[in-house]
Amino acid sequence: MRIQCPFCGERDLSEFGYLGDAAFQRPDPGAPDAEAKFVDAVYVRNNPAGPHDELWYHAAGCRSWLRVTRNTRTHEILAVAFPTPDRHS
Amino acid sequence: MRYSIFNLMRQALSGHRGWGPTWRDAAPKAAYDIVIIGGGGHGLATAHYLAKVHGISRVAVLEKGWIGSGNAGRNTTIIRSNYLLAGNNPFYEWSMKLWEGLEQDLNYNAMVSQRGVLNLYHSDAQRDTYARRGNAMRMHGVDAELLDAAAVQRMLPFLDFSGARFPIHGGLLQRRGGTARHDAVVWGYARAASDRGVDIVQNCEVTGFIREAGRIVGVETSRGTIHAHKIGMAVAGSTSRVAALAGLRLPIESHVLQAFVSEAIKPFIPGVVTFGAGHFYISQSDKGGLVFGGDLDGYNSYAQRGNLPTVEDVCEGAMALMPAIGRVRVLRSWGGVMDMSMDGSPIIDRTGIAGLYLNAGWCYGGFKATPASGWCFAHLLARDESHEVARAYRLDRFATGHLLDERGVGAQPNLH
Repeated sequence: MRIQCPFCGERDLSEFGYLGDAAFQRPDPGAPDAEAKFVDAVYVRNNPAGPHDELWYHAAGCRSWLRVTRNTRTHEILAVAFPTPDRHS
Repeated sequence: MRYSIFNLMRQALSGHRGWGPTWRDAAPKAAYDIVIIGGGGHGLATAHYLAKVHGISRVAVLEKGWIGSGNAGRNTTIIRSNYLLAGNNPFYEWSMKLWEGLEQDLNYNAMVSQRGVLNLYHSDAQRDTYARRGNAMRMHGVDAELLDAAAVQRMLPFLDFSGARFPIHGGLLQRRGGTARHDAVVWGYARAASDRGVDIVQNCEVTGFIREAGRIVGVETSRGTIHAHKIGMAVAGSTSRVAALAGLRLPIESHVLQAFVSEAIKPFIPGVVTFGAGHFYISQSDKGGLVFGGDLDGYNSYAQRGNLPTVEDVCEGAMALMPAIGRVRVLRSWGGVMDMSMDGSPIIDRTGIAGLYLNAGWCYGGFKATPASGWCFAHLLARDESHEVARAYRLDRFATGHLLDERGVGAQPNLH
């Protein structure tokens, strides 16, 4: 598996670290159902078999966080981008 | 037919033409008391104990492919009960006790071999944590011995004791641990369950659940509709996908774990050995091949194959620990899809949907758990209450904070 880093170019998997599902968004701690929302955000995953948006870290390269869309059935990389600024990563 | 030395001799006289099929390949009926999804070790063990312990034999086990074709055929066959936490240890020890009587129970040679599991430690701090785990095991009545470096060297003289980067200071040994033959476990449970009237239905993929008044009352499958009072899922690796058919989202990620086997060599490694400084574990099969593995690849995957950086890491672990095997050739490698739960421990519980029960999240410890998992899941399905050794494996523990995080790494499945 190789990831096309938008800054460094195509690099080997061994240069990257993996965080997981990019869907994570920090819930509003002031909301009345904040506890359930936090449990969901921290623990529950869609875990799809197919395209999966996920966060990778180019640790041995430019040290950018990357938002990668990858097929979990085939390991094919479908898209790579920097995470949008409003994402917590 | 009962397997025994006398039957073997009798069959030998007639040229072994009288052996019947090991178990009955059934066609699905329209309705059962209990349907179990997943014909791996856990599903078949559940069916066996439902029939044997609880007297419920109107049971079907539905398998998408052929039985044992998933993770039951993709593991490294290690059995052990060397756990620290009070929620885990009695469960795995019950599993070990069931392993010890399994062959008599099933009348099937599962090749259970208590050749010992040795976890090596490489620093004073690691010795202390292993001593703590060993003490916890002994307080639960499980055997554990803390060995020093000299004792390890007497046992495994071929390890690298030459002042390696991570010197071996000793190990925590569970003598009752060891290995079993994975396929024989599947076939043995299938045979025993089938003999008690359980239908084992192969090539039968579940494609949906049938609901009536909020309750799940059956499944749609590639071989027709099947109704049941209760439905148990034992599909570790694909749990999220099957659960999604019922609208459930779970605290599980699917990850790939690679394993390897070498060409056969003469008897060399007496038991199971694990490297404590990296992540590498190895044993030798009765056929002579070295069976070994290491860490998860670390990313979500359903591909049943991994990538080269992990292969390299596992082989570096092998060379750091036992350079003597450096010229043994790797015969094959494979990947299994692990049901990685968010705290590294399994789930045996109700789902919140009436009629649907969950057995999942086995991470990469599912094989050793097979007998107790089946025992406790059968108990839950039959009596609607958790078995006492599986009470901690609740689905709601992620919300209540009663996590079972054996490694203490938090909600990061690729680190468990």
